[in-house]
Amino acid sequence: MASADDPTGEHGSLYAARKGVYPKKVDGPFRRFKWAIMAVTLAIYYGTPWIRWDRGPHAPDQAVLVDLANRRFYMFQIEIWPHEFYYVAGLLIMAGIGLFLVTSAVGRAWCGYACPQTVWTDLFQHVDRLIDGDRNAQIRLANGPWKAEKIAKRTVKYAIYLTVAFWTGGAWILYFADAPTLTHDFWTGQAPPVAYITVAVLTATTFVLGGFLREQVCIYMCPWPRIQTAMMDEKSLLVTYKDWRGEPRGSVKKAEKNPGAFGDCVDCNQCVAVCPTGIDIREGPQIGCITCALCIDACDSVMAQVGRPRGLIDYCTLDDAATEKAGGVAPPIRKTLFRPRTLIYFGLWGAIGLAMLFTLGQRTRLDLSVQHERSPLYVQLSDGAIRNNYTLKLRNMGLRPRTVEVSLSGLPGARLWTDGGARETAGQSLRLPLAPDSVTSAKLFVVAPGDGPARQDFTIAVRALDDDPRGDRETIPFDRPGTEP
Amino acid sequence: MAENRRIDEVTGTSTSGHEWDGIEELDTPMPRWWLWSLYATIVWGIAYVILYPAWPMIHGATEGVLGWSSRGQLEAEMQADAQRRAPVMNAIAATAIADLPAKPELMQAAVQGGAAAFRVHCVQCHGAGGAGVKTLYPSLTDDDWLWGGDLATIDYTITHGIRNPDHKATRTSLMPAFGRDGILDAGQIADVVSHVRVISRQEKPSASSARGAALFEANCAVCHGPAGEGGREVGAPKLTDSIWLYGGDRASITATVTEPRNGVMPRWNSRLDPVTIKMLAAYVYSLGGGEKAPAPNPAVASEGSGTEGLGADGQR
Repeated sequence: MASADDPTGEHGSLYAARKGVYPKKVDGPFRRFKWAIMAVTLAIYYGTPWIRWDRGPHAPDQAVLVDLANRRFYMFQIEIWPHEFYYVAGLLIMAGIGLFLVTSAVGRAWCGYACPQTVWTDLFQHVDRLIDGDRNAQIRLANGPWKAEKIAKRTVKYAIYLTVAFWTGGAWILYFADAPTLTHDFWTGQAPPVAYITVAVLTATTFVLGGFLREQVCIYMCPWPRIQTAMMDEKSLLVTYKDWRGEPRGSVKKAEKNPGAFGDCVDCNQCVAVCPTGIDIREGPQIGCITCALCIDACDSVMAQVGRPRGLIDYCTLDDAATEKAGGVAPPIRKTLFRPRTLIYFGLWGAIGLAMLFTLGQRTRLDLSVQHERSPLYVQLSDGAIRNNYTLKLRNMGLRPRTVEVSLSGLPGARLWTDGGARETAGQSLRLPLAPDSVTSAKLFVVAPGDGPARQDFTIAVRALDDDPRGDRETIPFDRPGTEP
Repeated sequence: MAENRRIDEVTGTSTSGHEWDGIEELDTPMPRWWLWSLYATIVWGIAYVILYPAWPMIHGATEGVLGWSSRGQLEAEMQADAQRRAPVMNAIAATAIADLPAKPELMQAAVQGGAAAFRVHCVQCHGAGGAGVKTLYPSLTDDDWLWGGDLATIDYTITHGIRNPDHKATRTSLMPAFGRDGILDAGQIADVVSHVRVISRQEKPSASSARGAALFEANCAVCHGPAGEGGREVGAPKLTDSIWLYGGDRASITATVTEPRNGVMPRWNSRLDPVTIKMLAAYVYSLGGGEKAPAPNPAVASEGSGTEGLGADGQR
């Protein structure tokens, strides 16, 4: 707490209120690029659950579906089972390395363009401008008294916030169930409670994080800006105010009166006005800068008006900044983009992607798992033969019913059957019908003559009796008396 | 330390006044919303204490307005589960046990329910998976049965138990203690054991086994059958196969003939409901040794009154 002898006076408070950020409207190539990315990402997010994809009668027809209840993940042509979760792990690793790659090459591009927090904050700031007007009108309204106009505008604005937030939360749940059905159930009150709870939570978080917390999420909450500091080097692109060109600052009039005494910066403050996180880029690189490049657009348009070259604020690496400061010419950007570090990241990223594509193409959709029952390890039968019991699991990951043949080899005189069968009618192989997209579990009995080694390995194999003969096999032990520990 | 506070020039923020070898600490103020979230957690905490059990008292905790308890939740979940299973349980109850295999889904449900009950009530003696315990309790997974291995017979055995003195319908029989009670002398017992080991193909015929054959005919055949094929109506084990509950070597068989064990199993109708017993029977039947129901034939109908008989021990 601030004490009486605190020399800092006004800095005594333990808590700081948020300083309002009212970014001004701006146009330029980077702003248009941001528009495009916003349109694409939002279209993907809101639209994907509605894409249909015909998989035949035995699977859902939603292109992207995380079916938690039935433990399946559908993505267009690809269906992932829980035991294939390593594909998801691979995607996450690719996402991680991708972020390394992007960060080391172009700095915080993720933060500036594609991060959901950035996209939704941008969206909400457009709503601000739509209802309250541009920067100055927003400031006037925020500082003004709560009269009819302010109340009306705030009501409308928060209603739009809520609508966007609700739509965002609502779209999320559609990834986890059939979208048209769930939408119908949702509005008729028949959806499961978890759907309503999820929508409520995500509506609330979108409303609060996008509508109010905004840049504070990036500055206080998000770990990524801190991690990025470790990922960046002097060859990573940063939004840089070229102070060696801009300083000392002075208006056009001053510069006309006193030529040669001022830099290019006309101190118009447009870079500050358009910043969505409310920082002054001229103070140098800082954690609040998400490198959205809107200040570049603002500065470039001012430079065009006053007839000076663009790029007073520009994407620039620390190395290039040092070169330019010393009077040299910075190498073209592609030279800094293609350097060993980014190439290694890209190589790793691509190798994982290719490896996953390869395994995806190679995977069989018929899988066998046999587990030896341990209690008892073996059963003495009355005629001297020995029986071992196993749990047989057959995964038919195809989207059609299949008939398979399970057979054994490597165990002389052995016969096998499953529950429902009998030793008298058993042979060396058996046929089982498998339902589409399912696991069939059965008790497997294997009987073999009592004279033989105490433990003997043999093979159980499965193959489909249709056009795709690929199957699976597993080698497991057969135990006889004498194997007890 | 406050006297050392100063404004840091680069950030414009006050320092905390602490300094270590020239390293100072910024006293950056917390964002206001963080304080609000702290208040929110306090409100949450108060609401929780009012709604849920919280304060420890001498005889338990305060109850909370919602009246929630972990026991109550468990009870509700158990009830909900019982309700969920009710249709299947009713269907099993309404189906005669011999008809279960004709309804595979019902049979599967019964086997699963039986497996659960088996783990609670049966594994103590019969072992996990029904493996049995050598020289004590029979294996339930093999193809040899003392009292019969079809569904209805297993169900009857579980329902009424084996050798329950207080229960009329129980399965019962008593093998005489040929040695202890002096019915046969040591030499005669050795001869009978020789014979039993010959018919189970463990020994070659000898003079001893020839003498034993006559003794077997006179003393054992009434229950175990003239050829030692066993008699299920009295739980007399087959003596010609490879399965020996109490051991098939000479010493073990001698001990059995001298002083039989006459093993017992509790009757379960006093502890379990008929549906659970039915499911247990289905599970035991599914372990690998289940037999088809015998053709209706009065001579082999083993159900009904517990037949009084003599020896039923020594094997399996």
